[in-house]
Amino acid sequence: MTTETLTTAPPTSTGTPKSAGPAGQGGRRVRSAALTVFTWIVALVFFMPVLWMVLSSFKQEADAASSPPKFFFVPTLDQYAAILGSGAGGYFLNSAIATLVSTLIVLLLAIPAAYAVSIRPVQKTQDVLFFFISTRMLPVVAVIVPIYVVAGRLRVLDNVWTLIFLYTAMNLPLAVWMMRSFFQEVPKEVLEAAQMDGASLMTTMRTILLPMVAPGVASTALLCVIFAWNEFFFALNLTAVNAATVPVMLVSTMTSEGLFLARLSAASVLASLPVVIAGWIAQKQLVRGLSMGAIK
Amino acid sequence: MATTVNPSTRSTTTEAHARREAWRRRLPLLPALVFTIIATQIPFLITIWYSMRSWNLLNPASDVFVGLQNYIAIFADRTFRQVAVNSVLYTLGCVLLAMLLGIGLALLLDRKFIGQGVVRTMLITPFLIMPVVSAILWSISMFNPSYGLVNWVIGLVGIPPVAWTSQYPFLSVLVALVWQWTPFMMLLVLAGLQSQPKDVLEAAQVDGASTLNTFFYITLPHLRRYIELAVLLGAIYVVNTFDQIYLMTAGGPGTQSANLPYYIYQRAFLGFDIGQAAAMGVVVVVATIVIATVALRLIFKSFMSTED
Repeated sequence: MTTETLTTAPPTSTGTPKSAGPAGQGGRRVRSAALTVFTWIVALVFFMPVLWMVLSSFKQEADAASSPPKFFFVPTLDQYAAILGSGAGGYFLNSAIATLVSTLIVLLLAIPAAYAVSIRPVQKTQDVLFFFISTRMLPVVAVIVPIYVVAGRLRVLDNVWTLIFLYTAMNLPLAVWMMRSFFQEVPKEVLEAAQMDGASLMTTMRTILLPMVAPGVASTALLCVIFAWNEFFFALNLTAVNAATVPVMLVSTMTSEGLFLARLSAASVLASLPVVIAGWIAQKQLVRGLSMGAIK
Repeated sequence: MATTVNPSTRSTTTEAHARREAWRRRLPLLPALVFTIIATQIPFLITIWYSMRSWNLLNPASDVFVGLQNYIAIFADRTFRQVAVNSVLYTLGCVLLAMLLGIGLALLLDRKFIGQGVVRTMLITPFLIMPVVSAILWSISMFNPSYGLVNWVIGLVGIPPVAWTSQYPFLSVLVALVWQWTPFMMLLVLAGLQSQPKDVLEAAQVDGASTLNTFFYITLPHLRRYIELAVLLGAIYVVNTFDQIYLMTAGGPGTQSANLPYYIYQRAFLGFDIGQAAAMGVVVVVATIVIATVALRLIFKSFMSTED
């Protein structure tokens, strides 16, 4: 994927060769403008639910649940203040710990593993890769029962480390595959040169490889963050009070204050914000991550 | 795809040296491999073990070996069959609709226009929003019978309000799922569109091919690999849908809008029937393996074609 086609371009070019006469070009420009307007309308309709949630979060309850809906209102930060003042911090802390620590462990495990399936490949590399990705496709419902029972016996239910363990397992295959696709872009000559100079494995890794794939590490981390932060099924079944994460908080807010739409919207915005921003930043690498590195 | 010998691993020196080298190569892989085996394979083996036991958590004495009885019970269970069909319908419906919309949006995005970056950012957002939030968003802000936005919009053209999540639970969940997965499809298709060789498209244009012909004879065949990959990966994720069903309809009314993950959750965590839930889990894995194998083959093909 070339980056230049992704960036916003000035509106002058219609992207067609200049073979058409002046009349044809004028018609084309009108069509192009119409298509642009149409694209914007479609995008806004598609984005409307998100926009509506953000608007609702700045309303008073009476304005949020009004019929017909209110598009113009006096914005207020009351809902955000209420959420932040109601002890939501603990949930955010749990989510942050589970997400960041699991992502860190994933990277520590995945980077050497990806090295071993790309740069200095082990035997049966394909089998190893096949195994990793097949675990990503294992439905979580198939393992939730023993995980719940075993965690209960080990007394690690409602413990943030249980979530860290599971989120690491969940994201590790993705990270191995993604990091592998980044390692494969490192020119072979660079590595050969380092080897000729007698650099050790660790030195090569630290001084040559890692700096070259640093952007890859960053986008792999962002994807792991997205999946871990948004995870709900494990958090719902394995946590209660101490280790409950943000999605669990949202669900309990919804059941206890279901009719307080504005407050629920503010909580939803706060819950979504970290990952939405991470995703916006990682936009260009999103495709590679989602396709396990198969599409660049 | 199983075992191809890697030419670079061949060593002409002594066997001991070769063995040491093999272990040196294996070493960086081992922590990740061991971790993954412990975290995924062992629980699955326990699931298989539990699936052959009759065990209700509320009644410890019930924990006895029953062989394949749980599996027989599952296939005789009409609810299980119904939620299995639902699972298939959710997955097919969501993947197909999201793919059609995704292709449309990708085509709209694949040209230069004012605010292209902003539009793309808006379009991918539904995929980034926490699924729990998207479920809340749809069930309350959009589908609420009295103040939801959808009823207001259809009210503008004179349609009376609808209690979406209770009258049309399946459709409501499907809408939320399609909304979430369309950006996924769009992104993969867009990557395909942008990887098209420009000279071929220009040649077609010079030869006077119509836009429609160019799309059907050049673009679509090129996109095929991307569409297949997106459909299969999407299907694997969508089969596991839980959040939207849990929050929007709780599988109801009855089990009308439940899928397999939700039903298994109900049996395990509300019915405490560990044996049956485990057996259902095994059945889901077997079904998933079928889709996954095809998907994996495709991913491998993509990989091999991009490698030197």
